[in-house]
Amino acid sequence: MGVLLEVENLTTEFVTRGGVVRAADGVSWDVGEGETVALVGESGCGKSVSALSIMRLVAPPAGRIVGGRVLFKGRDLLALSDEAMRQIRGREIAMIFQEPMTSLNPVLSIGRQLTEGLEIHLGITPREARQRAGELLAMVGIPDSERRLGQYPHQFSGGMRQRMMIAMALACNPSLILADEPTTALDVTIQAQILELMKDLSRRLAVAMLIITHNLGVVARYADRVNVMYAGRIVERGTARELYANPRHPYTLGLLRSVPRLDEPRRARLDPIEGQPPDLTRLGAGCAFAPRCAFQVARCAVERPRLVPIGGGGHVSACWEAANLDRAVARSGAAT
Amino acid sequence: MNHDAPLLEVRNLVKHFHVGGGLFGGRAGVVRAVDDVSFSIRRGETLGLVGESGCGKTTTGRCILQLERPTRGQIVFEGRDLTTLGEDELRPVRRKMQVIFQDPYSSLNPRMTVGQIIAEPLAVHGIVPDPAQRAARVRELLGHVGLLPQHARRYPHQLSGGQRQRVGIARALAVEPALIICDEPVSALDVSIQAQIINLLEDLQAQFGLTYLFVAHDLSVVRHISDRVAVMYLGKIVEITDRKSLYDAPLHPYTKALLSAVPIPDPALEAQRERVVLGGEVPSALNPPSGCVFHPRCPIAVDRCRGEVPELREIRPGHRAACILA
Repeated sequence: MGVLLEVENLTTEFVTRGGVVRAADGVSWDVGEGETVALVGESGCGKSVSALSIMRLVAPPAGRIVGGRVLFKGRDLLALSDEAMRQIRGREIAMIFQEPMTSLNPVLSIGRQLTEGLEIHLGITPREARQRAGELLAMVGIPDSERRLGQYPHQFSGGMRQRMMIAMALACNPSLILADEPTTALDVTIQAQILELMKDLSRRLAVAMLIITHNLGVVARYADRVNVMYAGRIVERGTARELYANPRHPYTLGLLRSVPRLDEPRRARLDPIEGQPPDLTRLGAGCAFAPRCAFQVARCAVERPRLVPIGGGGHVSACWEAANLDRAVARSGAAT
Repeated sequence: MNHDAPLLEVRNLVKHFHVGGGLFGGRAGVVRAVDDVSFSIRRGETLGLVGESGCGKTTTGRCILQLERPTRGQIVFEGRDLTTLGEDELRPVRRKMQVIFQDPYSSLNPRMTVGQIIAEPLAVHGIVPDPAQRAARVRELLGHVGLLPQHARRYPHQLSGGQRQRVGIARALAVEPALIICDEPVSALDVSIQAQIINLLEDLQAQFGLTYLFVAHDLSVVRHISDRVAVMYLGKIVEITDRKSLYDAPLHPYTKALLSAVPIPDPALEAQRERVVLGGEVPSALNPPSGCVFHPRCPIAVDRCRGEVPELREIRPGHRAACILA
């Protein structure tokens, strides 16, 4: 499997009233052809900004990409002309957002929103585009597609709108889809439908996916590899199986422990991560997670850990105590 | 006072909303948001109310608080039917029932400091008329919810999401309520903060003997916090029982599908897991299906389900479900 997208030392800054914020602070990760990769983290950790940076949709003047490279099929997207970038967006790389209603045009028919991109990117006739639009709706499980093409977004339910977003994303046969919290706004049963649909289509059409989410459960079922982000940096990465079975960053461990699970006996008390997420304008020299970390040592406050390999298989963690974490976990597990 | 009597009893609650037929036309219709719902909550108990958007769980909460006047049915709180009371008689009762909302940001006045927000109900209800004593009580309440005295001078926008929800909880606690309706209190919060707030709610319940109606869509959270659970679908309760029975031996096919849809953070387990993915979507409450409202999406529906409205009946002791096949 070849590498499709390679993000190297991407740094994106925003100017806020409180000062300059590094929303993405030198992050590096990649997505293989046909692979599903997750970026997991809480609000403000930089996961959405990473995706927007790839698409060069970070809005100036407040936001700007200040460093790094985004290699897509070997070409650096950050070095492309605006015109060349427009050819990539929607055609080679498509995006699905959390709230479909705000990303669809309320005054254009469903059919027109689908055919517009097809006509622009693929240069096909309106008649051909219309036929392809009908096929796309059928592919994402929207029945009665002829009638549906004439309708408007407000006539669709939340689940249908997200199916429509997926159809739009797939329209030009992209090789990569960036899905930013694609099911967060949906009900549980609809969430399951959409995720199964995305998984099925990505396999069938061999599209690579980057799923951005805060939900560790979603990631467990659908991602091949997982990147965990905290305060603008990647703190741990590994295959989904390895990361869940053997977490080696205290933040990943804390996230996994803080959620109640239906497959386990009910606990008397939940195990939260204490404290609050950090203020990104006031990050110190040390590890950003240190103030909330149960495993911190003196070094954590003064020196920022880099990602280092844990065992094999591409598992990396940015924690001074990573090597000791499994023993520490066993101890604290025995103590509770 | 009889302590065995439930604190709250909801009897055959019905709430209809009339829609359409207004300035922009549209066909007039009736949304059956809550359609004959009955349950009770004992003192000190937590009842979880789960269901998807539009199932009527929030409207049920609003009817209990008398923010919506029910179309039919009774809301018996501490032995009195609130639906028969006028506004003046309701005011002292409202003190005993408080609510915590999903989005703490939109439920806190942005122009008031945290101290003013928490002090307001104390002044309005005349609980602590003296300003100095009120300030002391605010500090005490901040302590109860894990905030510091200096937070009283801050504005909501200066706080994180979790801290704002703590302020919402302190405001609810200020009037020493008996019942708190928690309407999706953690769903807008980050995962690491959710557990903090849930632990806090449990601590406060133990400390002050609070009774909770916990309205939520997250079944894992509801299992953690609830003593009993009611599952709603399209305005009706389809299953209600104690926590253990519901999660260990669910009877209604909708409950089973909901449980199966919850992702589990373990790739190895997920790979083996059979998932019941429900087809279709929740139908409109404007025009609910005939018979059992769940039948168009039900994986085990039979012909009878189309014509017959299933009664919420006791299938095992203390375990009621509205399904003719259960």
